[in-house]
Order: sequence, then C-alpha cells, then structure tokens
Amino acid sequence: MKKLINDPKDVVTESVEGFVSAHADIVRASTDPLFVVRADAPSAKVGIISGGGSGHEPLHGGFVGFGMLDAAVPGAVFTSPTPDPIVAATAAVNGGRGVLHIVKNYTGDVLNFETAAELAAADGIEVRSIIVNDDVAVQDSLYTAGRRGVAGTVLVEKIAGAAAQRGDSLGQVAAVAEKVIGQVRSMGVALTPCVVPHAGEPSFALDDDEIEIGIGIHGEPGREKIKLEPADAIVDRLLGPILDDIPFESGDEALLLVNGMGGTPQIELYIVYRRAAQVLAERGIEITRSLVGNVTTSLEMQGMSLSVLKLDDELTALWDAPVQTAALRWGR
Amino acid sequence: MSLGTDWVLDWVRASATVIAENRVELITLDREIGDGDHGENMDRGFSAVLATLDSVAGDALPADVLKLVGTTLISTVGGASGPLFGTAYLKAAGAVAGVAELDGSAVVELLRAARDGIVLRGKAEIGDKTMIDAWTPAVEAADAALAGGASEAQILRVAAEAAAAGAGATEPLVARKGRASYLGERAIGHRDPGAQSTSLLLRAAADVAARLAAA
Repeated sequence: MKKLINDPKDVVTESVEGFVSAHADIVRASTDPLFVVRADAPSAKVGIISGGGSGHEPLHGGFVGFGMLDAAVPGAVFTSPTPDPIVAATAAVNGGRGVLHIVKNYTGDVLNFETAAELAAADGIEVRSIIVNDDVAVQDSLYTAGRRGVAGTVLVEKIAGAAAQRGDSLGQVAAVAEKVIGQVRSMGVALTPCVVPHAGEPSFALDDDEIEIGIGIHGEPGREKIKLEPADAIVDRLLGPILDDIPFESGDEALLLVNGMGGTPQIELYIVYRRAAQVLAERGIEITRSLVGNVTTSLEMQGMSLSVLKLDDELTALWDAPVQTAALRWGR
Repeated sequence: MSLGTDWVLDWVRASATVIAENRVELITLDREIGDGDHGENMDRGFSAVLATLDSVAGDALPADVLKLVGTTLISTVGGASGPLFGTAYLKAAGAVAGVAELDGSAVVELLRAARDGIVLRGKAEIGDKTMIDAWTPAVEAADAALAGGASEAQILRVAAEAAAAGAGATEPLVARKGRASYLGERAIGHRDPGAQSTSLLLRAAADVAARLAAA
C-alpha cells in the first residue's frame, strides 16, 4: 500500500502541523498535549469541543472555527485520544460559560471523554457531554455497545456550534445538540478496506466483488457482507433502515448528507445523491438542505454513508447560520 | 512470605516485557474482531510506565507504584483499554493504600478492586466477551485459594491460570460490549484481545511472585 507519509509514527502530528499552518487565520495547535483550537479562543460564549481517533478528516479539526467547534482533540489513527489533551482543550476553550463535549458513541471515545469530563469538573469547569449515536446499522443496541456515532456528528457540531455562537447557555446548546441527535439517522457502506499507517495492511478483508453494508467509520462491520450491486440498489439498502427508524412523515423537510468515506470520487457521490433524492421524494419528504462530500472519512476507504436529518425552522436557521472553518464555510 | 514494593516493581517490568513480546499477537487478535490497535496501544502505555519507574522513591509503598501505573496508562494508552486498565490499577492502589507488605488477603483485595474498577467504567458483565471474562474467574479463583490457605504466590498462580482459561473461553462467545459487539456471530471463534492481555499481565504477576518466593 502506497501512502504519502514519512515515519508512520509521525502521521498525526505532521498532519496537524500542516493543517494549522494552512489555516492559520482560523486555528492554532497545542502540541503537548496535542489539540487544535480556534485562533481566537477562548471567547465569551459556551465552548464546544469534540475529538476522537484520527483518520476521519476533516472530522474534527476541519470543523474548528467560527460558528462550529472551539477545539478538536485528535488521537492516534483510529484510537481515541487520552483524557489529558481533552482536559487541556476543555480548559483552553472555557470562557466561563461552560464547555460541551460532543462524543461519538465508540467505547474508547466515551470512556476517555467521560474520564476527562470528571477531571475538568474537578478543576471547576462546567462540562456537559452528549453522545452521538446516529448509526442505524446497529440493530440490537441492548446486546452491543449501542449505535455508533458516524457522519451525523458533523450536523450536530454545526448546529450546536451555531447555537453557542448566537449566545445560548450550556444547557440550551446541549438541548439543541440532543434534538439533532434525536432527529438524525445514518448508514454507510464500504467498497474497499482502508490501511492504518502503522499497521501497513488492510484492517479487514473484502473480496473484489464484495461490499460491507452498515459499516462504522473505521469500516468495521454492521450488518452484512454482500456482492457488489448498482449504486441505486445500494442506496435503497441504506435509506430503508434510515427512513424506517425516524418517524418521517410525508410533508416533512429534511437535510440529506451524502458523505464520502475518503476514496470515492464526487462523480459517484452525486449518483448516490440522485437516487437518495428520488427515494425521499417518493416518500413525500422535501430535501430543503443538502451536503455532499468527504466530511467523515475512513482514511482512503471507498464507500459512503447517507444521513437524513429531520428539519424544523429552528434547526434550519442554525444550519444556515454563518460558519467559517477549514472544511465548511458560508455566510461570512 | 508477603509481597512488597519490590514485587509490584518487578511485576510492572515483567508486564512491559510480556506486552512487548506479545504486541503483534494482540494486534492480530484485535484486527480480527476490533480495530487492530490493542497491542500497539498497550505497548505504548507500558513503555511509558517503564520510563516513569525511575521516579519511584525508595520508600514507596505498593499503592504508590500501582497509582503511578494507573495514571500513566490513562494518559498514554488511549482507546478503551487506557481508561479500563488505568482504572484497574488506580482502584487496586486504593485497595492496598498504606500497606507495605501484602498478605494473601491483600492480594485478593487488590485483584477484586481492579476488577470492580473495570466493571464500574466499562459496565461489562461476565460472558460479554471482554477482559472481565478473564478478570472475574481470576478473582474467584484467588478468593478460593485464599480460603484454602494458599500462599501469596500460589494465589497469584491460580488467578493467572483462571484468567488464561477465561481468555480462552471468550473464543466461542458473541461479544456484547466494545467494538467486537458489532460483528454479531462473526466474532465467534476469536479470542478477546483485552482478556488475553489481562491473562498476560496476571501471569507476569504470578511469575514474579514465584521467583521472589524461591529466592
């Protein structure tokens, strides 16, 4: 496997170094412990941080900036960060109105953020944590670690970020974030595995004609391995469980996110969007906002995920609010 | 013969060695049903722990060393294993606070507190295909050995053997916690990496205690 890297152990630090250098108007980095923070932090508003294993870029560093996250804490590739940098990032963005932790429902992330929240609280910082679990591929939440947090996390970060930016309290920001989590559902597919730099070989196996339906954001399985099908059939397989899960009704408005896993070109993502829009239209659901692109990736994996967020006037206004980050920028 | 700070220090050193030796095996186990980072993360954590041992004072108690191991693992391992093993060592330290020489009863309490800490953090139960499937049989076996009048070294030996058997017994299970839980029946036939590393750590504890008892 060919990769544009130097020493595998330097992948995360060198990438963060390049990232903050490229976007110095928006972000800066703390190197020890490692986190990315808004150049103008802390501000008087509620702070919002997220984080998790690296390899999902632009999640989360690409979403640090005006109207979204205040800091992002990257761990090693596909490995949750430890509590220390999370605590340090929490302190760095605390402007006195408290800090919200947005955590994807993966065991490592949950345990490390939970530990960090306890430590930050012991330092006198008010912390609220919310767990994103938008992945409908996990059917049996009782006998698993529960639904995973996947690409819907980006929508939570944008909307909660807008709420904080307009001056909402910590409780209000957390409530908006919970509302988004309650109304967004996602499901993904992998066409190929990905290669973790320090492992050097694929993290799972897929034959040339096989795809994995219901993956998490590391390509890890969710539902089933099947033979490759046309794009429209794959979209139908993903959208069915999504639309069956949230009580969507005819006449609802929605945001449709088609997320690339890193190795799938835009030309294919729009073929996916085309079919997804047809299916939503057939159900009488109006797509009033959309996002298409690589926002939550698994390194160079080919594949995509679909996320549908049920919108109302409040969520739409917060989605439309100005944002200025490396990966999302409008209205400003 | 009771076990003092020298046992804890040697146990930690032996743990670092056995984790480094089994790094690739743990990565392979984790790649099969997880995300393939367990060996890498544990090796990074115990290497960091080794580097901190120089700072241990000459009059340090067993609890001081255990606490140092716990905080270092939490700070360096990441993933789920960092908080879980880190909490285990912190709770173990709490169970033997102020005690210079650990008798059989203290050894059992150390193991029990470590296990309880992992359950508190990870909320796993026996049979969920996690490290608890190694820890709980180890605690129960240690408890039974203590009741039977076994020495500290013997208690640790039966605990290590029970942990090894428990790790092996995770192979036919479907996982209910952690990354492997998403595999459903596809997890059957694979050993849980955290149960395996637990077994390695407890074997190191028993080996070192046996060596000290024989010396």
